[in-house]
Amino acid sequence: MSISAPLLRVENLSIGFGGIQAVDGVSLTLKPGMILSIIGPNGAGKTTLFNLISGLYTASSGTVHLDGADVTGLAPEALARRGLSRSFQNLQIFFRMSALENVMVGRHLHEKRSLGAHLLALPSVSVQNRESRKVALECLARVGLADIAERSAGTLSYGALKRLEIARALAAEPKVLLLDEPAAGCNPVETEEVDQVIHATAKSGIGILLVEHDMKLVMRISDRILVLDRGRPLVEGTPETVRNDPAVITAYLGSFGTKEAARA
Amino acid sequence: MGGKSSKVGTGLRKDFPTGKDGKGTARSNSNLLRSRWSIVIALALFVIIMPFVFPSNYYLRVAALVQVLALAAIGLNLLMGYAGQVSLGHAGFMGIGAYAVAILSSAFGINGALAMLAGALTAGLIAFLVGRPILRLKGHYLAVATLGFGLLVSMTLSNEAGWTGGPDGMAVPRLAIFGFALRGPLTWFWITGGALIIGVIIAQNLIESPTGRALRAIHDSEIAARVAGIDVSAYKLRVFVISAVYASVAGSLLAFLNGHITPDGTAGFLKSIELVTMVVLGGMGSILGSIIGAAFLTILPQTLTFLHDYEHLVLGLIIMGAMIFLPAGIVPSLAARWRKNA
Repeated sequence: MSISAPLLRVENLSIGFGGIQAVDGVSLTLKPGMILSIIGPNGAGKTTLFNLISGLYTASSGTVHLDGADVTGLAPEALARRGLSRSFQNLQIFFRMSALENVMVGRHLHEKRSLGAHLLALPSVSVQNRESRKVALECLARVGLADIAERSAGTLSYGALKRLEIARALAAEPKVLLLDEPAAGCNPVETEEVDQVIHATAKSGIGILLVEHDMKLVMRISDRILVLDRGRPLVEGTPETVRNDPAVITAYLGSFGTKEAARA
Repeated sequence: MGGKSSKVGTGLRKDFPTGKDGKGTARSNSNLLRSRWSIVIALALFVIIMPFVFPSNYYLRVAALVQVLALAAIGLNLLMGYAGQVSLGHAGFMGIGAYAVAILSSAFGINGALAMLAGALTAGLIAFLVGRPILRLKGHYLAVATLGFGLLVSMTLSNEAGWTGGPDGMAVPRLAIFGFALRGPLTWFWITGGALIIGVIIAQNLIESPTGRALRAIHDSEIAARVAGIDVSAYKLRVFVISAVYASVAGSLLAFLNGHITPDGTAGFLKSIELVTMVVLGGMGSILGSIIGAAFLTILPQTLTFLHDYEHLVLGLIIMGAMIFLPAGIVPSLAARWRKNA
């Protein structure tokens, strides 16, 4: 079955900052429609791993394959062209633009980008704008933000901005989506919405890498979980395996893990 | 949008300096779609009606000067206000446009209109070559690099006295179209007015296109722009070239308008600063703002001449006051205030 071919294959990825190995020999495989969560205590290297995979940092060793091609060391915009998109833990929002325009920027790669046509406002440009607008509105609706489309991003709540980032990433129609703490700052209702969006996105065949601190969400939603500890992979497996792994419980989950284990 | 919902999440406002009213900019952008033609129509009416209103040719000359400088300011605003990249040497491109028409038409007898086109192409090419290395710089470093470029152009124009007449400048032959020399304040008021209208239309086209969104995205977050697939350096270069062409065309028109040009008067450091002031004072990211900024900085010194020795002091105080009380620039700040009261 072609679906078993990995979308994203990371092998032995490492990077150090001033003698500290922030990410140390991490490998992972992501297939279409799969949700792989990366968990670990603060400073475990989760966001650094995301920055490596999305091309913001250059790895000191290791490789990244996206959709069968070696993409190690490619810039973020080149990776975007090959179907990788992401959201950010510390928001990267276009604050001077409306929510809708933020998501329309996500359509960039699907837009006709002829500068001459843009300068002269040829009819194709307004057709393009309408098309981008339509898709952007759909993406906003998917994350439950349709009613605030015209609001300036600067006036939105933290939880709404988190979901706006997801909508912008979805607008790019990626094959692989990296979500960095999408539920941070969300209330329970918003978290539920994020949960549904992630589920629906994975169902459509997109491979999702997730970094998230909400353990209930992680345990509920993930197909596999990779636990990092001080940059190194600790355990990789199903939520069930990870939850019951003694090393994980002591290294990270702490009281949560023991309580959950006791309940099980 | 109710008052209640607009209160949500105000905590992020201080992260970006778009003025006191956090919801200002995005709203004015959606207004821009509606009002897209309103600036053009207002300008067209101004150009048609004002010659009958102005009591003397002096007003026509000042208005023509405003229109020329507004054109350059709009170009710089595309770079600064939309893409968020500063240039403290933009008058250098004005100088290229001005001296292109002066030298090509006086020394080579090339028609002024063609010379203007050649100047614009030259400015665009130089912007392309200079922009590639210096647009990698950010913030203050970019400011100093562009400042250096501006100084380089004005020094070259001063030193190449054989071609340019040196610091004293040179005369600009009259522009002739099909054998008719274009002369008179009214003719030039209309020509510069037409050029400004075209400049406004093209700038608005750009802003409301995918390219415009990409530029504004780069302004707010280069990282997010790159992740969205935007080739940040290519877009910065494009807008730098476009803004250089605006400045060059404005410089050519300025040369025709004045009939005599000097390195300081077209490409000088103070001219660059004047352009930046027009953009910031009028309002970054506001086309109307650049026109108002150009008008403000051109007309105010003329009206303050009665103060004699205190003219520059008062001018400086007025500019400082405007920035303190209208921090997002004249047009965006007043628009936000007007919306709040409406």
